[in-house]
Amino acid sequence: MNWLGPEEWQAVMLSLKVAFWATFLSLPLGVFVAYALARWTFYGRQLLNVLVHLPLVMPPVVTGYLLLILFGSQGPLGGALEAIGLPLAFRWTGAVLAAAIMAFPLMVRAIRLSIEAVDPRFEEAASTLGASRLWVFATITLPLAVPGILAGSVLGFAKAMGEFGATITFVSNIPGETQTLPSAVYGFLQVPGGESSAVKLVVIAIIIAVGALLASEYLAQRVARRVSGK
Amino acid sequence: MTLSLNITKQFEGFKLDASLELPAGLTVLFGPSGSGKTTLLNAVAGLVTPDTGHLVIDGQVLFDSAKNIHLPPHKRGLGFVFQDARLFPHLSVEQNLNYGRYFTVNKPSEADVNQIIEMLGIRHLLSRGAAKLSGGERQRVSLGRALLSKPKMLLADEPLAALDGARKAELLPFFERLRDELNLPVLYVTHSVSEAARLASTVVAMEAGKVVKHGSPAEILADPALVPGGVRGVGTVLKAKVKSHAGDGLSELTAGGATLVVPRVNQPVGSPLRVRIAAQDVILATERPIGLSALNIIEGQVLRLRTGEGPGAIVTLQAAGGEVLARITRRSLAALNLSEGQTCFAIVKTVSIAREDIGQG
Repeated sequence: MNWLGPEEWQAVMLSLKVAFWATFLSLPLGVFVAYALARWTFYGRQLLNVLVHLPLVMPPVVTGYLLLILFGSQGPLGGALEAIGLPLAFRWTGAVLAAAIMAFPLMVRAIRLSIEAVDPRFEEAASTLGASRLWVFATITLPLAVPGILAGSVLGFAKAMGEFGATITFVSNIPGETQTLPSAVYGFLQVPGGESSAVKLVVIAIIIAVGALLASEYLAQRVARRVSGK
Repeated sequence: MTLSLNITKQFEGFKLDASLELPAGLTVLFGPSGSGKTTLLNAVAGLVTPDTGHLVIDGQVLFDSAKNIHLPPHKRGLGFVFQDARLFPHLSVEQNLNYGRYFTVNKPSEADVNQIIEMLGIRHLLSRGAAKLSGGERQRVSLGRALLSKPKMLLADEPLAALDGARKAELLPFFERLRDELNLPVLYVTHSVSEAARLASTVVAMEAGKVVKHGSPAEILADPALVPGGVRGVGTVLKAKVKSHAGDGLSELTAGGATLVVPRVNQPVGSPLRVRIAAQDVILATERPIGLSALNIIEGQVLRLRTGEGPGAIVTLQAAGGEVLARITRRSLAALNLSEGQTCFAIVKTVSIAREDIGQG
C-alpha cells in the first residue's frame, strides 16, 4: 500500500484500532442494556432508554463537549482515570470512548430487536428443565439472538470508524494519536493540495464500510440459518 | 406423591380460585377453554405466580404467599410438556434431550436414557435439527426431554391438541405407559373427552376458574354438567379385558359379565382395557332385539332417568360391566315407558367405538 503516505496510513490504522476497541469493549454492556430494555420492567427503564439514545439525537459536538467536561484532565471522572493511569483527554483512548458512546445507541437498538424476537416460550421451557435465569440467557437467549448481536456489532463498528464530531471535540486532531480517518480527511481538506490524500482516504472509508456491511449480512444469514435449524 | 394446593389468581375478568388434594397417578385437569386449567398448571410449574395461597408437593412447599415462598420454575423439579413442544430450534434433537440433564441433581443413567429413547422411538432422530421434525416427532422428543430431566411429576398442557388424529393415536399410548409402567405422577390438561377417558386415574373438572368436582373418569365423564359439549360429550368408561381376537378384524372383550365386540385392538389376550362409549351412540330396547346388525347388546337395569330442558334425556343402565349411558329423546322415553329398575338392552354398533376410545386399563 505504498500509494498511501505514512500519515494517511497512520490514520487508517488508528481508525481501525479505535473502532475495534470501541466495539469490543462496549459489546458486553450493549448486550446487557439491550436485554434489560427488552425483558425487564424496572424503575427508570425509560430513563435508561433515553440515556442510551441521547448520543444518537444530540449534536455530536455537544456529546464531545460533555465528554471533555467529564473526562478531561480537570473533569471529575477524567482526573480519577488519569490517577489510575488511564488518561483519556487528547489520547487515542479518549477517541475509543467517544466512538463507543456514539456507536452505542445503534448497537443496542439492533441487539434489543433481536432479543425481543427470541420467543420467551423457549426461555420458559428451559426454566422448566432446570436452567436458572443466567443459564437460560447463556444457552437459549444469547445463541438465538446472535444474528442481531452480530449485526449490531458491525453497525457499531462502522459508526465508530466514521465518528468525527464528538472525537474531534473531545480529543482534537493529533496525527498519530487521535487523528482518525474522518479527522484526517477533514484535515487534508483544510490545507491546499490535500485533496488527493483526502480522496484516497475517502475511497478506503467506502471500501471498509461496504466490506463490513457485506460481511455482516453474510455472517448474519449463516448464523440465522443455523439458529433456526433450517 | 401428593399434590396439595389452594391458590387464587386474579386476572382481568377472570379469577382462578382452585383448591385440590391429589393422589398419585395421572390426573386430568378437564374443562372447556378458559376454565383456568392451563393457568392452574402454569401455577404448579411456577410460570405463573398466584396472588394468594399455597402449593405443596410431597411436603415440599413450592409456593406459600403467607410465608413469602415462591420457588422459581427451575428449582421445582417438575417436567413440562407444552402443547407447542417448544424444542430449542438451535439445538439438535439429542442436545434438546440432554438439555435438562445438565441441571438436574438426580441425573438419568445411560440405561434410563436408552429406555426413554427406545420407548419413544426417536433414536433415528437424534442427530437431526429440532426444527426439521414433524408434529408428532416434535411432541415425542419434547416428552423425552421432559422425562430425561428426571421430574418428580410431569405436567402436560394439551400435548396432543395440535396433532391430527393419527398422531394423537400414536402418542396416547406413551402417556398410558407413564401412568402404568413408570409410575410417574402426571398432571394433564385437556378438553378432550376421549383423552380424559383413556388416560385419567382421576379427573378434575374445572369451570370458570374453579374446581367443580373431582373423581373417577367414569363418574365425571357421565355428568353432562361437567363435560364440555354437555350432553353431546357424555359417555361411560367401561373396564374390560381382552377375551379374544377374531379373524375378521374385530376383538372381543369382557366387561363384567358382558361381551363387547370392538374393532381390533393390539393388546394381547388378558390385558386390561378401558372403553369409552358415548351416550349418543347407544340405542335402547325394552326387549332383546333380533335380526339386528349391531353386535353389542348389553343387558342392564335402569338406574336413573334424567331429563333436562331440551328434547333429550339421559338414561343410566346398571349393567354387569358397569354403568352404561344412553342419550335418547324424551319422546322415546315416553314411548318405551321406562322406569327405574326396569330391565333394558343397550345396543352399541361396533363401528361407533373408535380406536381412540379404547385405551389400556
